[in-house]
Amino acid sequence: MDAHGSQPAAAEHAHPSSGLYVKIGLVLFVLTALEVGLYEFTYGEHSGATGHALQPFFVPLLLALSAAKFALVAMFYMHLKQDSRLFSGVFVFPLIIATVVILALIALEAYHFAFARGG
Amino acid sequence: MSDHAAAAHPETATGLDSRKLAIWTFIGSECLFFATLISNYLVHKETWLSGPGPFPHEVWKSPAGQVFEPIIEIPLVTLGTAVLLFSSLFVVLALASAQRGNRRGLLTWLAATLLCGFFFVGMQVYEFTHFVHKGLTLKTNLFGASFFVLTGFHGTHVTIGVIWLLTLWILALRGKLPAEKSLNLEIAALYWHFVDVVWVVIFPVVYLIK
Repeated sequence: MDAHGSQPAAAEHAHPSSGLYVKIGLVLFVLTALEVGLYEFTYGEHSGATGHALQPFFVPLLLALSAAKFALVAMFYMHLKQDSRLFSGVFVFPLIIATVVILALIALEAYHFAFARGG
Repeated sequence: MSDHAAAAHPETATGLDSRKLAIWTFIGSECLFFATLISNYLVHKETWLSGPGPFPHEVWKSPAGQVFEPIIEIPLVTLGTAVLLFSSLFVVLALASAQRGNRRGLLTWLAATLLCGFFFVGMQVYEFTHFVHKGLTLKTNLFGASFFVLTGFHGTHVTIGVIWLLTLWILALRGKLPAEKSLNLEIAALYWHFVDVVWVVIFPVVYLIK
């Protein structure tokens, strides 16, 4: 199963301590609570005038919170902060392409929608 | 390049463990796979060719007067999201235990990860069943098709991750996952974290953004 079983995998690059893992976990939980809180505040049953005013910023705020969670998991739990930069490159390069693909398709659809409506 | 990687695997051209490079390459390809599914969802979520229109967040009334209630249950999915995030914490704690040779810690944290995985899969099965009972199926409209394909593929990934981690838990129980072989768990944990970060994107995109 392990071709390199005799090698000192346990003595790997310095991974974060368990305490840091727990702190990151709590931050991730708080960020998720903020996402749902933001939704309730903006679109929930009791959203008021302030919530209504927040609606144009809702998606960018939500995406920023999501990106923060993504980065925390990738950097600390997936150890990209400590591991070889080659791993970061192998992950980040397709991630950039993936983001461009999503944005390009949304832009294309928005253009098509506007064109179809005579915009 | 990390010192460890160079020291532990000098026989490879990169100085890195080929298995770890392979899982990162696989994860990179998975980014593109999920990007296509997310794009598909975003493009089609407000489009339908037949059947009831999309009704995930708001009441929708068909031209025939039929009323469809909103079906997305944000509290339940939020709980599932939190559980999946905690499972990522538990799996790194399991890995830290494995690397220290702490078999008891490894078994405990890995079992906690598995419980979270089972909960998430169960939540998704419940959610899908609930949607079907409410009238939203894969064939109902383009929202239904893109929703089920996106979340279904993610659920399949979670299920595969649960099976993988369960296999490692059984190996650890039999004493066949010593500290020297902790890389086997690290590779599985990388896959599990990826499944988690994909959900970090899917959750707001599908459930929170109207």
